[in-house]
Amino acid sequence: MTGRTPQQGFDPQRRRFLSAAAAAAGVTLAPGVTLYGVTAAGSAAARAPEDPVTSSVRWGLLVDVNKCRDGCNACVTACVEENGLRGNGRPETDAQWIRKVELRDPSTGAKRSLPLMCQHCASPPCVDVCPTGASFKRADGIVLVDKHICIGCRYCMLACPYKARSFIHEVVEDQKPYAPRGKGTVESCTFCVHRVDEGRTPACVEACAEAGGDAMTFGDLNDPNSRISKQVAAYVTDQIRPDLGLDPGVRYRNL
Amino acid sequence: MRRTTYREITGQYIGFYGLMAGLGVLILLSLAAAWHMEHQGHHVTGMTNQIVWGMPHVLAIFLIVAASGALNVASIGTVFGRTWYKPLGRLSGLLALALLVGGLAVLVLDLGRADRILVAMTTYNFKSIFAWNIYLYTGFMAVVVVYLWVQMERRMNRFAPAAGLVAMIWRLVLTTGTGSIFGFLVARQAYDAAVMAPLFIAMSLSLGLACFNLTLAATCRGTDLELGDGLVSRLGRLLGVLAAVVLYFTAVQHLANLYAAEHAGIERFILLEGGVFTALFWLGQVVLGGLVPIALVFTLPAGRALGRVLLASILVFLGGIAQIYVIVIGGQAYPLVLFPGKEVQSSFFDGVVMSYAPSWPEITLGVGGFAMAAVIVMVGLRALRFLPESLADAALDPHHSAAPTGAEEKAPA
Ligand code: SF4
Ligand code: SF4
Repeated sequence: MTGRTPQQGFDPQRRRFLSAAAAAAGVTLAPGVTLYGVTAAGSAAARAPEDPVTSSVRWGLLVDVNKCRDGCNACVTACVEENGLRGNGRPETDAQWIRKVELRDPSTGAKRSLPLMCQHCASPPCVDVCPTGASFKRADGIVLVDKHICIGCRYCMLACPYKARSFIHEVVEDQKPYAPRGKGTVESCTFCVHRVDEGRTPACVEACAEAGGDAMTFGDLNDPNSRISKQVAAYVTDQIRPDLGLDPGVRYRNL
Repeated sequence: MRRTTYREITGQYIGFYGLMAGLGVLILLSLAAAWHMEHQGHHVTGMTNQIVWGMPHVLAIFLIVAASGALNVASIGTVFGRTWYKPLGRLSGLLALALLVGGLAVLVLDLGRADRILVAMTTYNFKSIFAWNIYLYTGFMAVVVVYLWVQMERRMNRFAPAAGLVAMIWRLVLTTGTGSIFGFLVARQAYDAAVMAPLFIAMSLSLGLACFNLTLAATCRGTDLELGDGLVSRLGRLLGVLAAVVLYFTAVQHLANLYAAEHAGIERFILLEGGVFTALFWLGQVVLGGLVPIALVFTLPAGRALGRVLLASILVFLGGIAQIYVIVIGGQAYPLVLFPGKEVQSSFFDGVVMSYAPSWPEITLGVGGFAMAAVIVMVGLRALRFLPESLADAALDPHHSAAPTGAEEKAPA
């Protein structure tokens, strides 16, 4: 009677994920674009501005929950700083692209702490429901909002199972040129797309490493030689709510 | 069979212009509210990143759902050939149009970027049920306009049944589309159910008829048009049946959810522990919006049906608002389940039941939609022949024997 889903067992979940990972290694999931291809560098190299975004890459993030410390907020602070998300002291309406979630298993008392952000789903409901197409997925798997087309209907926020999106409730000042924001539109974690396109990692990942946590690994899930691919191949990892079949690009280890 | 003659409202009704002026003020206020929300940003409303759809959506959805149901009476008249309802077909079409326009206006004015309405109308994502609805709504307006035209243009009358059929099917699809806006939200436990579509269809029929009854009574009162008791009783009993159908689908919705173990949490919330939502559900929707009006219309005193039918219509109307409030707001207030079986806590209100208090701008904006619908009806009645000369029972049914209660036809002024 506590909203428990029937999928507590480990095996089906795991099997599902492994098959999804296998599929990701073989064919990419974006429809209509080249299905198979290798970048020049073959891995998470910087994309020259004139090169198109390609579906041979699928950006992903692996969080090792064992390494994520309770009370550490380095990733969140870095995100706020990087993307100019300073709020107005109104937690219910201020934007949050990434948040720390504390979990507790009521039967054992075991605790967990983990960062949660847009999961960059391979089949994103936010994109499916958006009436204008403002919510879209790049060929490399990064899910974004086109601030020029978003009409602020917030249907995507209702559709997102992870509550990953925020509506801009007030005028925003001090915007970063690479992370445009606008009152009346919806936004969410961009995987720091401006950094990724330069060959860097998202700000949260960098901050976590600097803070000594090293709980986050960012990389190309389609490149079998990337660190993230090797890790998801070697260890059991989880997606959040795998039962929804959205195949998030963010995965968790030791959840 | 007797041919009904129709008329527009004529003469100088002080009441008419007074009402118009009052409604105009409400519309201006709602525009001011929309501007305020737009200018300040939505933080001046009760809506948040957790409750993303608020009172404007509740009232807009009510109007849109009722719009499709308001066409009920026309369908019964032309498609099913019920003579009693035939003379009301035009008014029913006009009301459907008006409610839809009012609802859409509220929806659009609440957008974060209402100024981008042209973007919404030119850039489509065809996978989105929302985008589909834009077509369904504009199509509905076109269909109703044609339907009205074939009813009003004598040479076209023979096409009325065909147009009526198209309109009826269209509105079923439209309501299915509106219900599916919620049905497609797989992640939300409150909405992830196929029964949402038939539930919305049932709601549309009952809420639309309630709106129709209220409009009809107000119109007859304002224009000294006689309203036969037999007709009123029929409309009342029909409302009772439809309200019962809504209760039935509501029961199916909750029983089906109770059966699926993963939805037990939301059911417990709405039915037992949800505070204001639980109260609105049981008291507002089920008792006052369902059982009481049903009891009222099935115990009508002969010859004096109007008062009770009006009361029942008002209750169904309010119960409908309560029901949509519970669906829209209650469904969002209950937290998403991200980690089944775990207790969660975060700075973003994970695992927390959210509270919501509608703000004045939101309520004003929503009420403006109703005012706009009323103005459209009034202007329509004034400009074109929507109203039959008489709605006395004897005028509607040639077999009706003038009852001793005085249902004889009044000579039109
Ligand atoms: S997590 Fe939410 S916002 Fe991100 S891609 Fe998935 S559905 Fe869209
Ligand atoms: S709020 Fe913007 S991005 Fe979200 S569904 Fe509406 S138009 Fe699309």
